[in-house]
Amino acid sequence: MPAVTDPFVLPLAAARDAATAGGKGASLGELARAGATAAPAFAVPPGFVVTAGAFAAAMEAVDPGGALRREVGSLPAADLAAIARAGAAFRERIAAAPLPAAVASAIESGYAALGAGAGADAGPGPDVAVRSSATMEDSAAASFAGLQDTYLGVAGAGPVLDHVRRCWASLYNDESVAYRRRLGMAERDAAMAVVVQRMVRPRAAGVMFTRSPVSGDRSVVAIEGTWGLGSALVAGDVTPDSFVISKITGEITSRRVSVKGRLHSFIPNGRGVTVTDAPADLRGRPCLTDEEIRALAAAAKAVEARYGVPQDIEWAVLGEPDAAAAERIVLLQSRPETVWAAKAAAPVAAPKPRPADHVLALFGKPL
Amino acid sequence: MTERQGFPLPSQIADVPGAENWRSMYQYFTRFTPEDDKRFWFYNSMHFPEPMPAFDTITSEIPYQAIGANTARLFVFPTTLGIEHRIVNGRVYITANPVLDPGEVARRAEAFGPRAAYYYENWDSLYEGWKERVRGLIAEIEAIEVPQLPEWEPGEAVFEARGVAQNHYLQENFARCLALYSRMWHHHTEMLMLGYGAYVVFFQFCTQAFPEISDQTVARMVAGIDVIMYRPDDELRRLARLAVDLGVDDLFTEGCVPAEVLDALAARGEAGAAWLDAFARARDPWFHVSTGDGFYHHHLSWNDDLTVPFTALPGYVAAVRAGTMHARPTAALQEERDRIASGYRELLATDDEKAAFDQMLGLCRLVFPFVEDHKFYCEHWFTTRFFQKIKAFGALLARQGVIAEADDVFHLHHTEVDQALADVALAWAAGSPPLGGAHFQPVIAERKRMLKVLRDWSPPPALGPVPEALNDPAVRMLWGVTSERIESWLHPDESEMHGVAASAGVVEGAARVLHDVNEIGQIREGEILVCPVTAPSWAPVFGKIKAAVSDIGGAMSHAAIVAREYGMPAVVGTGDATKRIRTGDRIRVDGDRGTVRVLAAAGPGADAGGD
Repeated sequence: MPAVTDPFVLPLAAARDAATAGGKGASLGELARAGATAAPAFAVPPGFVVTAGAFAAAMEAVDPGGALRREVGSLPAADLAAIARAGAAFRERIAAAPLPAAVASAIESGYAALGAGAGADAGPGPDVAVRSSATMEDSAAASFAGLQDTYLGVAGAGPVLDHVRRCWASLYNDESVAYRRRLGMAERDAAMAVVVQRMVRPRAAGVMFTRSPVSGDRSVVAIEGTWGLGSALVAGDVTPDSFVISKITGEITSRRVSVKGRLHSFIPNGRGVTVTDAPADLRGRPCLTDEEIRALAAAAKAVEARYGVPQDIEWAVLGEPDAAAAERIVLLQSRPETVWAAKAAAPVAAPKPRPADHVLALFGKPL
Repeated sequence: MTERQGFPLPSQIADVPGAENWRSMYQYFTRFTPEDDKRFWFYNSMHFPEPMPAFDTITSEIPYQAIGANTARLFVFPTTLGIEHRIVNGRVYITANPVLDPGEVARRAEAFGPRAAYYYENWDSLYEGWKERVRGLIAEIEAIEVPQLPEWEPGEAVFEARGVAQNHYLQENFARCLALYSRMWHHHTEMLMLGYGAYVVFFQFCTQAFPEISDQTVARMVAGIDVIMYRPDDELRRLARLAVDLGVDDLFTEGCVPAEVLDALAARGEAGAAWLDAFARARDPWFHVSTGDGFYHHHLSWNDDLTVPFTALPGYVAAVRAGTMHARPTAALQEERDRIASGYRELLATDDEKAAFDQMLGLCRLVFPFVEDHKFYCEHWFTTRFFQKIKAFGALLARQGVIAEADDVFHLHHTEVDQALADVALAWAAGSPPLGGAHFQPVIAERKRMLKVLRDWSPPPALGPVPEALNDPAVRMLWGVTSERIESWLHPDESEMHGVAASAGVVEGAARVLHDVNEIGQIREGEILVCPVTAPSWAPVFGKIKAAVSDIGGAMSHAAIVAREYGMPAVVGTGDATKRIRTGDRIRVDGDRGTVRVLAAAGPGADAGGD
């Protein structure tokens, strides 16, 4: 178990600010802490954050003094060829440079603290997701969503170190550099934390919004899900089942069950994610029970209450529906809903001198 | 307005073979004219799910003159005049007359404003006066005498110098029944259209602020907990408890015959007398509840036919003995209603919206007692008394040989009943038998036969060109028909029935199709009730079933409200579920979407329903 004071890794629940843990790491830390105190409680898979400090230490070895970064920072945004050349060179150096020993050992002990691997042979260690978490991610208008990498089903200390470096390198992929140049961001401020989180092996997974993505209605939770990993849904491999449930009455006001032809599942012990045809008996069946829908909605409400604004949440449901649904739910990510938040909603009505005036107004309108 | 193809024109509807003479049953002004092909009509299956017996057309003729008078002439609703109705092959089609000219709408709005405001602002006191007037009408209809035409007038007729013989009162008193029925309907609509108006405003606000909200949730925020319609069932429960307390509960067994039970109670000394006393008090007025919704003469009250309450009593007695008889948790229901309302209110973004929400919900709750309770006074109490009085005239006509039996009177139009009474009045005076037997009895026999044939006709849900916009709130309020509804009529899914999602949840199970509340004894634990309409009479079955489906009803209908209280899925207003589903079919009721699907048909040996 790494010491809490260790600057290079932090347990997920201790990740607080984006400057240290990156946007994703800080928000997962917040989510983990929220889950512990929310009513009802919800779980976030255990993990740790490789901090921006660890990144800085590693970069010191890659680019001592920061000359290379200053050079990248001076490239004109329009010169994509130069950006591609500089980015490729930087990524190569990250891959080749030896990791500072203190950073490597902090990551290794953080990984060891996540427990044993799956199965009797225990394999190389627990399967984890390794996710990049840029320090400027989710900040103000600069959303890096989708520009950095996430690796699912990594197992063993060596492969974890390897994928942490890939996440670091993703800060210098062409799109990311071009993006920073376009926005005129200072290259010395760009840093990449990395979240290492235990994989879950969901029966079903997906996303949910604490308002209707279709109508903006804040009285409902809209859930989309599919069998297996939620990546099938995010990648657009399946049309998900979709459910709408009232936050107030708990009534499920809409359910659309679709044929989910493809299945993303992860194979334990570092063998990653496979994509197969979904078993015939699963395809047309709803991926969630009513109890699970209600438990997800309860978790969504708890998250929204904690953050105070509508949320866009990634979720997974584990195990078979014989255990209580609330105990089988894990949340993988939550961020503020942005589409409807950006729209100015006109007030639906204003009070009138007399209540009856509302009727007079409605019925007095010409067709 | 542009036109879309889809529904047949009125002129394209062929007479049902074997019932070509159906027009003879109905007034000339109910027939489609060539001009009517230009307008959109829809089948009012909600109120008139069966082919109309000739007399029963009074339940369309009178209500539509009352409703139209209210909206077009009395309150001057700006965008709508009244409703026109037509009958084809025994079915009632209606259309509303909108006001389309903006200048005219504005002119009407000026009159509408102060008139409507007067009623809303004085609602409670006006409703108190309303109850007095309608109770007065009920007392009057009950007091009307059907002349018995003795051989001689009693001596008093002479010694009190009455001067008018009984045959005169045949037509006068019959006309008085019709006049009272018309007055009742004018009072029925007096406050109802404005009551609905308050609902429409609140529904519209809620669906704008919360586009995903279900009608049933809006209805739950509005619904009163302590309304009259629960009283008949409450009284039954009380009587069951009393039977146990008094030790006379052994008389209430499955299949017991009301008259025998009452005789046995009379022989049970003080305990029996105490129960009978409580029974007599409960009957008036609470057993004046109809077994239907008051639009057909065969919708009888519990008082007309005690079979229904005595079918329910044994079950309630057993529940009292078993300690499982629970009162409605009114406090909890109230709390839940208020929790839902404040939950939605809290989600509103601004204080202005919250204030508007409070005003609109407040208005709905103000009008709710009337909107809910008027049915008991009008469709149940008055209407069942009215039809019994008409039946008494029928009994007279039967004794006079004009018709074969009392119920046959309902196969004559009210203008024909008047003719028959004139015939009887003349014959009694002349000292000869009336001539109506030869005239009316073959007519009645043919009409009974035609009604049977017409029953099998599937009326198109609508006729004529579909108007592009149907979303005027007043028209929607009066019709209950929206563009979406019409779309589903145009593209029906044969295996799925659509209705109103009345109470949430999805269940599958065996159907029990009951056509009449008298059959509720057939219901088995865990079955799904499929019935034409439910009224308070049906309340006893809700403890046994796991879902309810009805042909008739909306989100505020009895079945919907009771199903929500029991937390069971319900789909109401399906139009024809009782025809398409057979007892024993395995069905899925989706109370979230308002659909019912037959999953597996009952085997060939299955009971084809309750008739």
